[in-house]
Amino acid sequence: MRDGLFQKTTFKIAGDCGLLVEYGEGINIEVNAKVRSMAIVISKNTPGGIVEIIPTYRSLLVVYDPVLTNPKRLKNVLTLLEEQLDDIKIPAHVVVEIPVCYGGEFGPDISVVGKAHNLTEDEVVRIHSEPEYLIYMVGFTPGFAYLGGLSEKLHTPRLATPRMSVPQGSVGIANNQTGMYPVASPGGWQLIGRTPLKLFAPERLNPFLYQAGDKIKFKPISAEEFFKSAEKEGS
Amino acid sequence: MDALKILAPGGYTTVQDKGRYGYQQMGVPTSGVLDAFAFQVANILVGNCNNAAVLEITVMGPLIEILVHADIALTGAEMGMTINDQPVQEWRSIRVKPGDILTIQQVKSGCRAYLAISGGIDVPEVMESSSTYVGGKIGGFHGRPLKKDDVLGCKKVKLLTEQRQVNSNMIPEYPSEIVIRAIPGPQDDFFNEGLNILFSSKFMVTAKADRMGYRLQGPAIQIKDNMPKSIISEPSMPGAIQIPADEQPIILLVEQTMGGYAKIATVISSDLRRVAQTTPGDSIRFEKVDLELAHLLYIKEKKSINTIQSTFLD
Repeated sequence: MRDGLFQKTTFKIAGDCGLLVEYGEGINIEVNAKVRSMAIVISKNTPGGIVEIIPTYRSLLVVYDPVLTNPKRLKNVLTLLEEQLDDIKIPAHVVVEIPVCYGGEFGPDISVVGKAHNLTEDEVVRIHSEPEYLIYMVGFTPGFAYLGGLSEKLHTPRLATPRMSVPQGSVGIANNQTGMYPVASPGGWQLIGRTPLKLFAPERLNPFLYQAGDKIKFKPISAEEFFKSAEKEGS
Repeated sequence: MDALKILAPGGYTTVQDKGRYGYQQMGVPTSGVLDAFAFQVANILVGNCNNAAVLEITVMGPLIEILVHADIALTGAEMGMTINDQPVQEWRSIRVKPGDILTIQQVKSGCRAYLAISGGIDVPEVMESSSTYVGGKIGGFHGRPLKKDDVLGCKKVKLLTEQRQVNSNMIPEYPSEIVIRAIPGPQDDFFNEGLNILFSSKFMVTAKADRMGYRLQGPAIQIKDNMPKSIISEPSMPGAIQIPADEQPIILLVEQTMGGYAKIATVISSDLRRVAQTTPGDSIRFEKVDLELAHLLYIKEKKSINTIQSTFLD
């Protein structure tokens, strides 16, 4: 199978309330851009009977109410929307800045990552905080962002033995992926820093800081700034 | 107002409603009751709105002190229940008063029972739902299963003018061998002989069966040689039958959003509650159905709830 957009969108039955709409193959910026555009267009048009849509790397999972619609009708509606895609202005990616205090107690594995690539800790910080990472999708735990674009210079295997508990806000690396832990959980990622922001705050009016299709920019901060910000966040 | 004091929590008791919708794209699974039929009937029996929060009780029942004048009803798994040591029936409403001791016993058949109380359990809504999502530590009672000495409130009580009982022919049975209907897909093209094995073999429910998913044990279901062993992570619908590397199926349920394994088929909505009423050691067979039949059964299930509701219209 080759990465890239499908010539023709495929529709797969996912039970009696789900339709999986696939736009391409692989983890691919072009395919994910199509997913994002369709998600935006569908939310603007809200075709009847759709309960929710879940954007993924390369597809949209459309959850529907079978009393109100069915895959045949949805397929027609979604194909029509797709045909209009060229005429619809898709807004630019929102860039969300995430402050991170790198190294020290917050990033106990930063030296492991550095040593693996003959880099100083400062170089790891510089390389990691340079790109704008695309959020391909959000899931697994509340607010967990699947990010694309980690520099090959930082690819590092997972820990041999996962930690029983990784603190909330930790920023880490696992192979070719980088990500943040919105809630404390067990995990095997190499931890290089921590953000004082609450990435998932169910009590907040908007519990999340970003969504699929946004971009993340990490901004290095000092320990003092971390504690000041953490106090403000109550995190 | 305080309504229930938990003297012993039972096996695994959580506050649930029909679930939390619209946040799966943010990684928040729906949660909610696993047996939507029993849940809705419990609320109908005490005169509640159709999404009032209830207690979902698993295998071992709790011991509860009643703190309020209210009507209660227990539906779902057959557990046996007493009030002040006097046996009372399930699938009917019962008037209780402060000081009453409610003992819910142990499953005789089924796995999950639902306790509704007039007004519904009163917990703060998180993202528009009262359902407990234990993995995310949100919803329900402090985002966790109940413990001894927890005190739960109920919303404003409106007592019934007449006690309610479900017609015995509407009460489901919970046998330990069941046949579950499923629709192939979304990744049925990853399998050939595996599909025949799924729809012709008997699978046993293992001890790893919870609100995230039911791990089954049976003949190996192999992915075609020319297909990858995993897929790019994507969300799943409740009921999706995932085939991980050990080739043993897992029926995914309501506290899970992402998976990286192919899903050979998906259990139809109206049979999910029957999966959730099995316990480790029970056996499941799968019957292949098409989407049209699944949708007819979906609508039939809604109608049967409406029929029960209409029996009690004042």
